[in-house]
Amino acid sequence: MNLNELSILSLYSAMAVYALAFIAFSFDLAKRSAAVNQAQGEELRSTAAEAVRSAGASGGTATLTRISARIVNDAATPYGRSPSLRVGVSLTVLAWLIHLAADVLRGLAAGRVPWANMYEFAMTGTLLIVTVFLIVLTRADLRFLGTFITGMVLVLLGIAALRFYVEVAPLPPALQSAWLVIHVFVASLGTGFFALGFALSGVQLLQFKREAAVSAVGAPGPVPADTASAWKNPLRFLATLPSAATLENLAYRVNIIGFILWTFTLMAGSIWAEKAWGRYWGWDTKEVWTFIIWTIYAGYIHARATRGWRGSRSAWLAIVGFSAVMFNFGIVNVFFKGLHSYSGL
Amino acid sequence: MSRPSDHYDSPAPHSDGAITQPTLGLVGWLRWVWRQLTNMRTALFLLLLLAVAAVPGSLVPQRSSDPNGVTQYFTDNPDLAPALDKIQAFDVYSSAWFSAIYLLLFISLIGCVIPRTKHHYLALRARPPRTPARLARLAGFTTRTVPAGTDAAAAVDSARGLLKAGGYRVALYDTGREFSVSAERGYLRETGNLLFHFALVGILITVGFGSGFGFSGQRVLVEGQTFVNTLLAYDSFNPGRFFNDESLDPYKLTLNDFSVTYETQNLKAYGQPIDFTAGVSVTRRGQAAEPAEVKVNGPIRTGGTDVYLLGNGYAPTVTVKNPAGVVVFTDAVPFLPQDANLTSLGVIKVPDGLAKQLGMIGFFYPTQAEATTGAFYSTFPDLQYPLLTLNVYAGDLGLDAGVPTSVYSLDTDKMTQLTGGKTGAKSIELKPGETQQLPNGLGSVTFDDAHPGAKTGDFSGSVLRFASFDIHHDPTQVWVLSFAVLALLGLLTSLFVPRRRVWVKATEEADGSLRLEYAGLARGEDPALESVVSALADKHSDLLISSQLAAPAPEHT
Ligand code: HEM
Repeated sequence: MNLNELSILSLYSAMAVYALAFIAFSFDLAKRSAAVNQAQGEELRSTAAEAVRSAGASGGTATLTRISARIVNDAATPYGRSPSLRVGVSLTVLAWLIHLAADVLRGLAAGRVPWANMYEFAMTGTLLIVTVFLIVLTRADLRFLGTFITGMVLVLLGIAALRFYVEVAPLPPALQSAWLVIHVFVASLGTGFFALGFALSGVQLLQFKREAAVSAVGAPGPVPADTASAWKNPLRFLATLPSAATLENLAYRVNIIGFILWTFTLMAGSIWAEKAWGRYWGWDTKEVWTFIIWTIYAGYIHARATRGWRGSRSAWLAIVGFSAVMFNFGIVNVFFKGLHSYSGL
Repeated sequence: MSRPSDHYDSPAPHSDGAITQPTLGLVGWLRWVWRQLTNMRTALFLLLLLAVAAVPGSLVPQRSSDPNGVTQYFTDNPDLAPALDKIQAFDVYSSAWFSAIYLLLFISLIGCVIPRTKHHYLALRARPPRTPARLARLAGFTTRTVPAGTDAAAAVDSARGLLKAGGYRVALYDTGREFSVSAERGYLRETGNLLFHFALVGILITVGFGSGFGFSGQRVLVEGQTFVNTLLAYDSFNPGRFFNDESLDPYKLTLNDFSVTYETQNLKAYGQPIDFTAGVSVTRRGQAAEPAEVKVNGPIRTGGTDVYLLGNGYAPTVTVKNPAGVVVFTDAVPFLPQDANLTSLGVIKVPDGLAKQLGMIGFFYPTQAEATTGAFYSTFPDLQYPLLTLNVYAGDLGLDAGVPTSVYSLDTDKMTQLTGGKTGAKSIELKPGETQQLPNGLGSVTFDDAHPGAKTGDFSGSVLRFASFDIHHDPTQVWVLSFAVLALLGLLTSLFVPRRRVWVKATEEADGSLRLEYAGLARGEDPALESVVSALADKHSDLLISSQLAAPAPEHT
């Protein structure tokens, strides 16, 4: 068995362990919902009252300066220790190690950095997504995103292994550059942060809806029956997650790191383009999309600073931004014509 | 107000102030338009609009980056293409609408940044603001009590010292009953933000004006050929608007050899190119020739120009003689590669010296193989079994009409095909060094061997290669890079330097002990504020207590 075959074996093993981690994380979400069920009743009333208090004057997204410092889980329903959560994290770490081995083996097999075609981008990019996730976990308890992260990585790796796989090949002259190492690596790292920001913004939107429903219950006047029961069902676990405002702040912090890395990607790409093609910017399809993504996230940062655009609207921009990142990777690379014809497909 | 009026951090507008007077007048209107243009919401809208407007250029081929794609698009969509062309869909990034968006955005940017700069300049010189009366409502509010013995003014003064050492600008306030210090830090955040936005303007201006001063040109060189950097020596030349061709430095560039390495070990990537290196020598005026290498990712920079290696291929040397044996044509003709194994297509035109004008369309296969259909193809890009096939045409080459014709295409409208295709006569097939007679007794054609002394079967040096170079001059590149670096630095500072205010207030209690209050206010994103305030409180009260211990114990009365 040669190095590349070992790499493939590791990759499939990592996928299997990610799948187990995904199951553990999903199990945890289910248990959270059950916990919320139990705590409901008078609990609902009291959290509602709290939500009204913290919602403040400008409709749910104000008072950010005050609580921006809180990374702690300010969940409406406190949720204790969860064995399945810890199993999920342990499995993710294990899967990450195997994934890392797969990536390193691929690099050794090729005798160069393992990010020079779609298959390798996907492999390294997902590795970095998990790396970012695990590093952030040491600073903030975002384990509830485990289902999303392992699920997404699993899907991407599946596509990579089945659709993008190519044999080990040497680098064509156009890719023989130190900028390949820097530019692509930083872009993938930025993608890792954007992925996390995307997930946080997504949960933020759901949480915001829940909080709105809950505060409608807690508000004086007749209780709208349907809003209360609406939150009895599908996503009850949200009550055990941080508040929308906390999620928004976390998302912002993660996204601006992504944005800085993306800015650097854009610049490094231009420097490389100048060396390889003789011009630093030529509106090649891939350049266009990198620019579009950069602009969307610049818009996101502005939205966060614009009255009336904080909260859900800016969250939507982060979601659109990450969708553009995925589009750029999965669609533009494969189907659009341009100078960046390195996808190796 | 340092930020645009609709920045979330600015005071909310008074609802009655928002109602504009019914009679505005021209100046009033202009001011209103300006205020609309420079608020955050407009900037956001224009930014998002710019992102959306950039999309169509990736869906439809662009003249600037893919002119052949545009031609093809017109052929494929004869109805749609002209309509798209009307709305400049093939020149999105220089179109009127795209330009309008980014120009508006930058006007908005400038209009936004200039007042902020002025305000920031004033803020840099102003005292930190008066301590609020009630700190308890602010972030990280915490209190400490130190036993009697320390005087309030001295306590506040030591807090001032601590804050100042921490990079805060400080001001003492004394209401007679309360002593306090007001501190602010993180002005660099705003500085960075302004630097970032100004650097963007810098990039736009240099890109906008700078490109006019440069040029780009292309030149194909066969091994052994020399190019002199003058206007006429270029195959194609695109000067910027303000470019003056007298500024060309006439250095000489000779392509000595072009070496290629193909993968042969890894069977799964067999024949994939691993390296292209153009060995050149550069002769500046009045200097000796200097050897240099141009690689795909390694341009050389000489004589005010950058020389890039963009393409390469084979240039078979073909000699045509008339029936009397006199050479009427001999040249190394660059053939354009058609596939990864360098099946190459070229055209040879012989206008003079024969009974009729002669044109030949040639296919060159570096490693020729034959399909079961009888068609030839190449199985490897290097010279292992080279073969040149020629379809011969006689008649009028159309060179006299005065219309410029491409050296890579042959207009056969006024010519008769003599070999290949439907003529029934076999195409001329030549290996390096071989000669064949042309049909109809027109003369002979030879495929010259570039390395005649080689062992039989070794064709590795038998055909010359060509390299195509892009030669550019762009005086703004270094400026764009500098502004981009400034933008990045500004971005990092503005996103990571926290801007905050911190207050420490001391009140003497009735029992003589000292009550200390600490609180902070974030200005912008500041996740660490609360821990900073509590760390300050701990440090400060510890300092006070330990200095009390060190001082002679106060008398107990
Ligand atoms: C080319 C257009 C623009 C781009 C790409 C852009 C980009 C950015 C970026 C990346 C940031 C965050 C980093 C930082 O704070 O330095 C930012 C912040 C900011 N921009 Fe812009 N900007 C543009 C135009 C404008 C305009 C027209 C305005 C004024 C209306 C504006 C006002 C601001 C303000 C006030 C902030 C601070 C936001 C905060 O407090 O977090 N920008 N901009």
